[in-house]
Amino acid sequence: MKFFTLLRANLGRHKRRTILTMASVALALFLFASLRTVVTTLKAASQFGSARRLVSTNATGIVFPLPIAYANRLATIPGVEKITWANWFGGQYGDGKRFFANFAVDAKSYLDLYPEMQVPADQKAAFLADRAGALIGARLVDLFGWKVGQNVTLRGTIFPGDWTFTVRGVYTPTDKAINDDAMMFHFEYLDEKTGRNGLAGWYIMQIDQPDNAPRIAKTVDDMFRNSSAPTRTGTEQAFNASFATMWGNVSLLMNTIGMAVVFAILLVTANAMMMSARERTRELAVLKTIGFTDRRLFGLVMLEAGIITVTGAVIGLGAAKLLYRATNFNAAGFLPGFDVTTATLLLGGGIALVLMLASGIVPAARAARLPVVAALRNVE
Amino acid sequence: MPLVEIRDVSKRFSRDAERIDVFDSLSMDIEQGSFTALMGPSGSGKSTLLNLIAGLDKPTSGTVTVGGAAVSAMTAAQLANWRAQHVGFVFQQFNLLPVLTAWQNVELPLLLTRLSKREREERVGIALGVVGLDDRHRHYPRQLSGGQEQRVAIARAIVADPTLVLLDEPTGQLDAKSSQEVLALLGRLNEEFGKTIVIVTHDPHAAARARRQLHLEKGTFVEQADAVTVP
Repeated sequence: MKFFTLLRANLGRHKRRTILTMASVALALFLFASLRTVVTTLKAASQFGSARRLVSTNATGIVFPLPIAYANRLATIPGVEKITWANWFGGQYGDGKRFFANFAVDAKSYLDLYPEMQVPADQKAAFLADRAGALIGARLVDLFGWKVGQNVTLRGTIFPGDWTFTVRGVYTPTDKAINDDAMMFHFEYLDEKTGRNGLAGWYIMQIDQPDNAPRIAKTVDDMFRNSSAPTRTGTEQAFNASFATMWGNVSLLMNTIGMAVVFAILLVTANAMMMSARERTRELAVLKTIGFTDRRLFGLVMLEAGIITVTGAVIGLGAAKLLYRATNFNAAGFLPGFDVTTATLLLGGGIALVLMLASGIVPAARAARLPVVAALRNVE
Repeated sequence: MPLVEIRDVSKRFSRDAERIDVFDSLSMDIEQGSFTALMGPSGSGKSTLLNLIAGLDKPTSGTVTVGGAAVSAMTAAQLANWRAQHVGFVFQQFNLLPVLTAWQNVELPLLLTRLSKREREERVGIALGVVGLDDRHRHYPRQLSGGQEQRVAIARAIVADPTLVLLDEPTGQLDAKSSQEVLALLGRLNEEFGKTIVIVTHDPHAAARARRQLHLEKGTFVEQADAVTVP
């Protein structure tokens, strides 16, 4: 603490440079935290899913439907306790710029299979009772200002035309990995308006024990192997992970960009520290004359680097944590549960530490090794 | 027993292929409580001698002993700690830290001690009072005149109550009036406070304040005089 005044005075010597260096570190770590959170969110999304839920899609691809008649046959498989189905709708609201997931579901069985979606009892009953009703995520209320009881019209893209629904309920997910900006409506309504009875997008089954998942999945796929619509069945987690992998090797890309940014800032910080120490060659020599040891000067210069990087890190990582949480950011629904994790904050702290060591070590060692007489003679 | 004992000290520099012998087998003593002026032309080695006494530089051969401590045999860390306790150094160019106030500059050597904040404040106050700048303690060096800056530098040199005060051309950057003030202050430090003072100077007026003058020329003392008076 005795040396705090000296440290503060040195950091305040070129206020603008110190602030800009801190801002560089803050920005680098903000970007690092943001990019890494994309990775952790995708990973969490790909790992989401009950171990007791299986998903069956058309083996040719998810865009191809499956006959609704499969439902009865699936229900007969030993170990299958409940079954539901859904179909992607792809409707747009307003100018369509804000994407959100919307799909037709077999309402009662769907809500039975997804207890993670919390709906007030009266709203749930109202939704189930209204064939043109819709259940929306809490975020859509904030985004579009929708209210329960309000009619909303979507423009169909896969199923053309204007589709009007009445908002009957608002769900709140208990798991962060579930989108809170999706909209669900009754399968019957889709069938009625399109006249395409008898088709489902995918099936979801609740099974008795997670251990039975491989056996049941194989039974399902074997059952329809020689039909016109063969199935591909897997755990819900694998189903979700398949969406994440559609992004390509996002983790590698994001981590590479993050590290490149951090490395660039390392050079900026190291350069600022070098300049700061070089400008003070005479003063460092004077401090040595007064009796400051090499080790103490090394420590003081390292502390300066530490204050800059730690302050920058606290601002950058803190801003990332608070900003995303305050704005409830989810990248227009693509990254549900986007939140900077504690592990990311700790990793960012570790990077700040490395940044401090890497940027401070050269000027600190130079200050420690400075020959007093030569330093005084050269600059005087 | 002398405070400073210099025995058979040689100092050699190498610049490119050239070898420069600053001294060869130089010996001298400086008594406790004395006021010594080292004079001589540029390049005679007087600043080098001062640096050797302060432990800022090491002799090529020979020994430098201050207060019984073999300065020339100490490691860098030992020298730094020894300087903090025993040496006050004043430069020609003042060398105050521009980002610190007069008070903070004077407090610097005390940061290396175990003194409490209150004790440090007390000592800084006394040192600034001795140099007559207690009313300027909040000023930064840029807000002080050259003479005032040098008085702050002297306060910094004496605040830790060192055994030895070494000054390298302390009046070299000052006008006549400021020089006189600084020299009067040095005289007071020697006479009233008993500080042992060694001053390197070209200025005969400054040297005249000393009770002993040593003239160095080409690394050898050519003349020694006591209390030479300059009109």
